[in-house]
Amino acid sequence: MTKHIRPGTPPLNLTEYIRVGGYDSVGKALKEMAPADVTSLVKASNLLGRGGAGFPTGVKWSLVPMDKECLKPKYLVCNADEMEPGAFKDRYLLEGNPHQLIAGMIIAAYAVQAEKAYIFLRWAYKKAEVILNKAIDEAYEAGYLGKNILGSGFDLDLHVHSSAGRYICGEETALLTSLEGKRGIPRAKPPFPANSGLFGKPTVVNNVETLSWISHIVENGADWFKSLSLTGTGGTKLYGVSGRVKNPGIWELPLGTTIRELLEEHAGGMIDGYRFRGLLPGGASTDFLTEMHLDVKMDFSTVGTAGSRMGTGTMIILDDRTCPVAFIHNIEKFFALESCGWCTPCREGLPWVEKMLASIEEGTGKMEYLDILKFHTKYLAPGNTFCAHAPGAAEPLQSGLNYFYDDFVKHITEKKCPWR
Amino acid sequence: MTKIRIDNIDYEVKPKKNLLETCLSLGLYIPHFCFHPALGSVGACRLCAVKKFKDQDDKRGRIVMSCMEPVTEGLIISIDDTEAKAFRAAVIESLMTNHPHDCPVCDEGGECHLQDMTVMTGHNYRRFDFKKRTYKDQNLGPFINHEMNRCIQCYRCVRFYSDYAGGRDLNVFGSHNHVYFGRHEDGTLENEFSGNLVEVCPTGVFTDKTLKKHFTRKWDLSNGPSVCVHCSVGCNIIASERYGSLRRIMSRYNGAVNGYFLCDRGRFGYEFVNDEKRIRKAKARYTKNNILEEIENEQLLSLLDSSLSKNPKIIGIGSPRASVESNYALSVLVGNENFYHGVSKKEQHLTATVLSFMQKSGVQIPSLKQIEKADAVLILGENLTNTAPMIALAIRQASRNKGYALADEKGIPQWNDAAVRELAQSIKSPVFIATPFKDKLDAIAEETLRASYEEIADLGSAVASLLNNKASAPEKINKDNQKLAEKISDVLKEAKNPLIISGITSGVEGTLTAGMNIATALLSLDVNVMFSAVLPECNSMGLSLIPGKSLDDAISLAESEEIDALVVLENDLYRRADKEAVDHLFARSKQIIVLDHLLNRTSFKADILLPVSTFAESEGTLVNNEGRAQRYYKAIINKDKVKESWRWINELSKIINSQSEIWNRFDDVVASLITRMPLFSKMTQYMPGADFRMLNTKIPRQTMRYSGRTAMNAQTAVSETRVPQDVDSPLGFTMEGREENPPSSLVPFYWTPGWNSVQAMYNYLDEPNGSMKGGDPGLRLIEPAEKQTNTFYEIIRQTNEYQKDELIIVPVYRIFGGEELSSVAPALSQRIQEPALYLNQNDAERSGVKEGDMTLLEIMNNKIKIKVKIENSLPAGIAGLTVNLPGMPFIDLPGRGKLNK
Repeated sequence: MTKHIRPGTPPLNLTEYIRVGGYDSVGKALKEMAPADVTSLVKASNLLGRGGAGFPTGVKWSLVPMDKECLKPKYLVCNADEMEPGAFKDRYLLEGNPHQLIAGMIIAAYAVQAEKAYIFLRWAYKKAEVILNKAIDEAYEAGYLGKNILGSGFDLDLHVHSSAGRYICGEETALLTSLEGKRGIPRAKPPFPANSGLFGKPTVVNNVETLSWISHIVENGADWFKSLSLTGTGGTKLYGVSGRVKNPGIWELPLGTTIRELLEEHAGGMIDGYRFRGLLPGGASTDFLTEMHLDVKMDFSTVGTAGSRMGTGTMIILDDRTCPVAFIHNIEKFFALESCGWCTPCREGLPWVEKMLASIEEGTGKMEYLDILKFHTKYLAPGNTFCAHAPGAAEPLQSGLNYFYDDFVKHITEKKCPWR
Repeated sequence: MTKIRIDNIDYEVKPKKNLLETCLSLGLYIPHFCFHPALGSVGACRLCAVKKFKDQDDKRGRIVMSCMEPVTEGLIISIDDTEAKAFRAAVIESLMTNHPHDCPVCDEGGECHLQDMTVMTGHNYRRFDFKKRTYKDQNLGPFINHEMNRCIQCYRCVRFYSDYAGGRDLNVFGSHNHVYFGRHEDGTLENEFSGNLVEVCPTGVFTDKTLKKHFTRKWDLSNGPSVCVHCSVGCNIIASERYGSLRRIMSRYNGAVNGYFLCDRGRFGYEFVNDEKRIRKAKARYTKNNILEEIENEQLLSLLDSSLSKNPKIIGIGSPRASVESNYALSVLVGNENFYHGVSKKEQHLTATVLSFMQKSGVQIPSLKQIEKADAVLILGENLTNTAPMIALAIRQASRNKGYALADEKGIPQWNDAAVRELAQSIKSPVFIATPFKDKLDAIAEETLRASYEEIADLGSAVASLLNNKASAPEKINKDNQKLAEKISDVLKEAKNPLIISGITSGVEGTLTAGMNIATALLSLDVNVMFSAVLPECNSMGLSLIPGKSLDDAISLAESEEIDALVVLENDLYRRADKEAVDHLFARSKQIIVLDHLLNRTSFKADILLPVSTFAESEGTLVNNEGRAQRYYKAIINKDKVKESWRWINELSKIINSQSEIWNRFDDVVASLITRMPLFSKMTQYMPGADFRMLNTKIPRQTMRYSGRTAMNAQTAVSETRVPQDVDSPLGFTMEGREENPPSSLVPFYWTPGWNSVQAMYNYLDEPNGSMKGGDPGLRLIEPAEKQTNTFYEIIRQTNEYQKDELIIVPVYRIFGGEELSSVAPALSQRIQEPALYLNQNDAERSGVKEGDMTLLEIMNNKIKIKVKIENSLPAGIAGLTVNLPGMPFIDLPGRGKLNK
């Protein structure tokens, strides 16, 4: 997937990308395969959604009604609203190889027979916006987008929509609502977007990394894709490491690479003078893992058994010279601010959590706050809230309270932050 | 039916509902905020959490929101589950982190849904010890008070205001825990239904500003079940009193009529009852001064005796804003042949046309609830938002039916409101609107036609003749209109429940009869068509059921002979006929006896002026435009010399004729009415008489918590005053009585243990959005004939050609100021726009005027100085004149006028 990305140099333009065979898959899919065949292929490849939830992409596509009477136009939306703190993998793909995404989107749209496609782009990705628009123009000009693509009779319009900049708009239903020009508030499911999505029409929403895989799967087959991972799940993954490590960055590695390998080999271990204390494996909305979890394989299912989630696969490292309370407070402040304000537990609960954490960090916290914080980790559980925002926010809090409980207590009893 | 299990008890319940509404109709009260039966579910507040179990072996279960949970066969849930209970209490705790502790000074206190829910969930001690967030409040105009700090972000306000009522100037701003519900800047809420925010808001953010001026807690109010007197729709209201003044109007649920809501004219028009200009004492011109002076009882009686008993020729003029009983009483007093309806000949004729159509055509006349079920609507000539606002609101709901049908197809339940709206997007059931003047309903219309009434009648005729060639086609019609007529006829023919709405406020017969012809034509095609006609006033229909002549007839009678005594019942005749004609009628009447409650141009002409009760101080029956007879009961005891009109009239009867019937109480009038007019005979069954008792007690008008009974009059007498006696109704001015629900037509307030807010209503309904338990109040007097007449009206057509310097002047109605009584209310009067003449830019240029000019409009015999406003949607040659506004003379519209700069 990252084969044609050369950091520091501009991405391949259309001609260059065609020259390396990047668009061969589009011709293959549109001319040689029926839409259902594409979906079956992706299903067979066991490509799991790379946005964080890991839902099988082929299954998602197969939920889209394909009968002639279904509501039209159908939509394909690329979720490029990468707002998860610590995540920068989609940006790498968007800036590094826009045509890989476009080719994937054409095939995905063909598979579900969507006539219109949007890339919902994070507001801050200004550079990616320029790159994407240029690439889309090229694709239109070459007949890869627009009417009757490559003479296949399939039409597709593709637009880039730059978001107004809310974290919640990365949630797929809030994304759709926002794309319609309304307040970015999630929707209740059911109905799922496959039935009533953008403008009430059948819609598929896939992550950048997911869609970037499609052309490769069409070209090389499901078995090839499966063989790429260490755990049999399928494919490689863009892993990122940030924090006080010697070599923070992003790497494409087989799914199932261990945390230790990522941390020690690729990120080069901790900077001298800093000790590892814990990490958030897949962005700010995942549970902490600690030293004892270093041999956990970074895969959708195995991270789960360790008590966290793989999420975006872009981990944040907590070191011993950073106050974990301040660290968690910073995260919760972000989540409290980014709550859309729709449901009560999230809108009112997160600010309370944030206030208590700030108070503890400032040395004015009370012991009962710890109980109230713990209470909130249960109160904000999935199903209790309208969407996954607050449950996500509760993850680093609950595991943080678990692993760093003594640090919380110290703040309260010493009435100050020991790190300050 | 679907079998479900709740807390180990099995129930058979209606399918297709959500769990919350199902539980509410079972009397299992799950706390909730954001769900409102009329607005559906959105799952925002998370208060209605319950435990759902996979199967009988599942002991853990998981928390679900009952409002978002469809009722399915075998569903097992628990409301009492410890975790679910704790979660609900936690939601309240969350909300309380920012809710101020101002209950004692909050207008909502004592009828606050948030208070009820807080108590119900059991949350009490505060753990949150940080600062609360605060907001800046807005001035939202004379009706609604804004106090955002109390907001619990249930989103009901915007869902009602924008989604349900089509308002555009209230919205939600900001995000996270700083969500703000208000306008983009301070200013009056523009929507005609803004008052419902008071009842929709579960806490004290939006409260009644008019109540604030004479504030009383809910528990201290004495209430009368009543009916709105401000238009012909007949919404049910609760009128509430304290210390002899009317304090507020709230919606009284009627599943067939207004449901949960009211329009702002209906809610805020009430203050005329408290007006300083109320006639509270009898007055007469009995001294040499020849001015109206207060007169004592004895003198009054002898004066009446001398003016009536010796005068053979007495005529009575009734009123479409007085009750059936009072009009009937007057017709008995003067005799049928001397009873005049008190409306113009034209209005009388048009109303009679409506009545005859309702009786004979066989076409279904819909209730407001049935209007909401229409799947295609054609509106001919009525500016519904201003002439019958609640019908306009019902049509907004009807326009969603196509979206609901699509949702059904896609398996999305109708109560899942956000999902249905998302799926439906701009898909709407077809609504066609043909009016000369724009209407806010245009926003939901598939097509609108701005044209003269003649052109509208032509369009209607064209539609009718396309549907049935026996209906006469227009002589000529332009291509566009013909095309539109074809489209409309196709749509109506295909619809399952098409609705034709017309009315008589246009003053044009053609638009009315064309609409009727369409309905008849559709019926001949076996289409289940409904026809609804808007009438001008609250009892226009009731009046038309009592035989009588028109005001014009009385005026022409005065031409030929002198009238010995003229009795005018609750009617300002200057609103009904030319000033000169009315002056002449008065001049030719030797004695003028006026019964009314407000000083107006007519009451100033009286020789004897008798103070009569308003709706709030009397019993009476009104018949709405659907033919539904509805009874109102007093909320206030008559004081001073004020009496019900029928009581005064009965006094007059006794003077004229010693043999006359003696009516001591309201039931006596009703009994007399029924014997002479059998049409009303079923009334006694549906509206219990004064002798009705619930286990030997009257129905209390006051809540169990009514305070001050023994002390509230202590400044006048130290002993406790006797409870006022009410011989006219089964309601008592007392707090003592049975706690069970009274019959649906006699519900004076909503209160159920645990539910102090209006949501206590659940206990009075068979199910949310359903009927009142025991059936909705009111009685339809006119049901469609079984046989179809299949006869069509000849469409009377006036020419619409105009001279170069002429304009056709059409009436423009205004919700505020367009009705006599409500115009007096201080808050509502602030909303009355100044009278204006609207015309399009070209016509303005042709007439040499521009926006804002004061111009002289010559129309018939009138010259009116009036402000010009440009309204480019008006067709060429047509100008709109605001009518019925205070100070505007009577003008028979439409008519031809000229502008004189």
